[in-house]
Amino acid sequence: MDSHYRRSSVSSHHFFPHDRHYDEPEAPPPGPSRLKPGAQLTMMRFLQDLPDAEAPPTDVTPRYHTGRLPNSKAGDGKPRLLLMGQRRSGKSSISSVVFHKLPPSETLYLETTTRIKKESMHSFMDFQVWDFPGHLDYFDPAFDVDNIFEEIGALIWVIDAQDEYLEAIMRLNTTILNLQHSYPNINVEVFVHKVDGLSEDYKGDTFRDIIQRVQDELSDHGYENAPVSFYQTSIYDHSIFEAFSKVIQKLIPQLPTLEALLNSLCSTCKIEKAYLFDIMSKIYIATDTSPTDIGSYEICSDYIDVVIDVSEIYGWDRPAENGNAEVVENGNNDAESLITMEKKGNNYLYLREINKYLALICLMGDDSPAEKKAVVDYNVGVFQDALKQVFPRAERDLPVIQTS
Amino acid sequence: MNTTKRQKQRKVLLMGKSGAGKSSMRSIVFSNYVAKDVRRLGATIDVEHSNIKFMGNLMLNLWDCGGQDGFVENYLTHQRTHVFGSVAVLIFVFDIESREFQADVVSYSNIIRALSESSPSAKVFCLIHKMDLVQSRLRVQLFEERAEYIRQASEGFKDEVEFFPTSIWDQSLYKAWTQIIYYLIPNAGTIESLLQQLAEVIDARELILYERTTCLMVTHVTRGMESQNPFIDRFERISSILKTHKQSMAKHTNLPPNIANFAEMQIKTGRFMFFITRLTENTNLAASIPPSEQVFNAARVNIMLVRPRFAELDIASKPRLGMQQAFAHGAEGGERERKDGEPAY
Repeated sequence: MDSHYRRSSVSSHHFFPHDRHYDEPEAPPPGPSRLKPGAQLTMMRFLQDLPDAEAPPTDVTPRYHTGRLPNSKAGDGKPRLLLMGQRRSGKSSISSVVFHKLPPSETLYLETTTRIKKESMHSFMDFQVWDFPGHLDYFDPAFDVDNIFEEIGALIWVIDAQDEYLEAIMRLNTTILNLQHSYPNINVEVFVHKVDGLSEDYKGDTFRDIIQRVQDELSDHGYENAPVSFYQTSIYDHSIFEAFSKVIQKLIPQLPTLEALLNSLCSTCKIEKAYLFDIMSKIYIATDTSPTDIGSYEICSDYIDVVIDVSEIYGWDRPAENGNAEVVENGNNDAESLITMEKKGNNYLYLREINKYLALICLMGDDSPAEKKAVVDYNVGVFQDALKQVFPRAERDLPVIQTS
Repeated sequence: MNTTKRQKQRKVLLMGKSGAGKSSMRSIVFSNYVAKDVRRLGATIDVEHSNIKFMGNLMLNLWDCGGQDGFVENYLTHQRTHVFGSVAVLIFVFDIESREFQADVVSYSNIIRALSESSPSAKVFCLIHKMDLVQSRLRVQLFEERAEYIRQASEGFKDEVEFFPTSIWDQSLYKAWTQIIYYLIPNAGTIESLLQQLAEVIDARELILYERTTCLMVTHVTRGMESQNPFIDRFERISSILKTHKQSMAKHTNLPPNIANFAEMQIKTGRFMFFITRLTENTNLAASIPPSEQVFNAARVNIMLVRPRFAELDIASKPRLGMQQAFAHGAEGGERERKDGEPAY
C-alpha cells in the first residue's frame, strides 16, 4: 500500500494533539502548517526541541540510561547511526524517507551529498544520523577516525542491489576489518537496498551472494561470526522501516524488559501481536516475541497514519468554550483508538498512546472480543505504568519544555 | 413501479479526449484502485457501462466513453440519440497538459450541442485534470483561464456548467466527485435535515455522511465552533484517509477491497472524540463530538436507534417489501420496534 500523495499529506511532526503543549509562538498555526513540506516541518520541530536535546537536564537522573552504548565514552549519550556506502547507493534517500517523511518518488531529485550531514533525531531516545558522502575514504590519515567512530551505535552500510556490488563489498570489508581493531563492538548492518526493482528469484540470489562474499572475506581474515547483519530494503515499501526498527532495537538496552512486558500483556489479554511504535518515525522499538510478519507491521503503520491524520483535522486549538459542564471533564488523557472489522470475526485493532513519543498498537486475537475491552484497557494501563519506570524521561520532559 | 425505477437510474456520461484520465478516475473512485495502479489500464474501447448502486435509491448508470476520435465521431452520428438521450449529468474531462487544447474545446462544443438536443436539462461538470503536472504557483491562474475559455464554448449550458481542478494524486478528485454526487442524490434535503436533528440530539460538533464503497461524502452538518475548523478541506481529506485505510486493510487481510469494511472506528483524545460507524447499508456516519465519555456513549446508542429512519430514506419513498427486509438486517433487528429517532438517555 503505497499512496504517494498521502504520505506527503501526513505532516509527521504532529503527535496526538493534546501533546502539543510545547508549541511555542514560532510554531506554525495549525491552518497553514499543512501547506509546508513535511521535511521543513520536521526541521522546525528539531529547532524547537533542540535545546532540550543538546543539554539533557540533570535534576532527575535517569535510572536506566536511554541508549548509551558500550563504545561511547560518557559523552552526550546520543548514539550515532552512520550511513555509509558507495555513491548513489541511496543513503540520503533512506534518511529523507525515514526521518523526514519525504515521499519516495521525490527522492529522485535529491542532490549528491558532498559533506557529512549530521541530523539529530529527538524522539523516545535521542540519536544522530550521519549521512556520509560516498566518495570519502574514512581511513585516510587526514580524517579524525576516532571522532567519527567513537560514539557510533551502528554502522549502516548501504549496497545498491541493482548495481555492480563487488567494489562496495570490498570497501565494506576493508571498513569492517579496520574497525575490528579499535571498535570491535560496533554493529554493522548491511542494507541490500533497491530490491524493489528485482524479481523475486534474482533478489534472493543477490542477497545470498552478498552475504556469502562478505562472510567469506571476513573469515579469510580470521573474523568468524563478526557482528554483521543483513537486510533487504526498499524505500517504496515498509521494508526500510522494518530494517531500521531492527537496527534501533539493538541499541535499546531495555529491549529484553520491553519484550517481557509485551509478552505478558499479550498472553494476559489474548493479543495476537503487539507493537510499541515511535509515533514520529514509525519505527517500532519493541514487539512481543511471537513471530513477526511484515503484513502486521504494515497494518499498524498505516493505522498510525489514520489516527494522526484525523487527530490533526479535529485536534485544532479551539477557543475556550463557554463554561458548560463538558469543559471540566476532559475525556481521555492518552489518545486511544480501535477499529473493528466487519468480516473478520472478533479481530480488531487497538491503539493506545503511551507517552509523547510512543504508542502501543495491538492486533487483537479471535478469542478476545471487543466486549472485553475494559479489561484490555486496564491491563494496558498497568503496562503503561511499568513502561514509565523503564523510560523515566517522559515525565522529565514535561516541566523542562514548558519553562523553555 | 416502472416509473420509480426509471427515476432511480441516473445516466452519467464520462467523456473527454483519449488519454485524458477518464477511466483512471472511474477506477479510483468506484473500483478501489490506488492511484499508481491506473497505469495498468488500457484504452477504453467504445463505451464501458457500469451500474453503481449508490445510497440504495440512487443507481448511477455510468457510461465511460472511449475518447478516440473514431468513437467520438460514432457517438455524434450513428449513436447520437442512444448516447445523448436522457442524460442526467455529463462529466467532461480536459487534460491540462494537452497540446491541442483548441481541438479539445471544438470536440467539447460538438458534444455539448448533441447533448442540448437530446437532454437539454442535463447538468455539465468540467474537470480540468492532471493538475499535479502544473507547477503549484501557476495552477490557479491556468485553471481559471482554461475554465473561462471552455465556458465561452458551452453554448446553452454556459451559465450552469461547473469547473473543478482535479488530480488523482490528491484529494481534489474527491472534492469534485462529491459535488457531482450531491447533485445526483434525489433526497439530499431530507437527509440533511434529519442529520441536523440527529446532530442536535447527540450534541455532535460535526456529522459527516459518507457513502460506503466510494468513501465519497454525501452531506455534512457542522455545528457551533467547529465551523471555524481551519481545515476546510477536511471532508475530502477524510475521504481519502478512509479510502487509503480500506486498501491497506484489504491488502493485509487478503479480503477483496469491496468487503474490507470496518464496522466501527473510534478515536478518543483529550480534545475531541471521533468515530465512524455504519449507518445504513450504503453509508457510514462520521461523528466528531466533544471529549466526554458520556456524550460518546449516548451518541453511539442514538445513532444505532436512528438507523431505521435513515434506512427508510435510503430506499425509495414507496417502500417495497423485499428491499425493506434486506435493510432490516442492516438495521439491527430489535431496535426497529423503538420509536425512531427518539433520544435515549
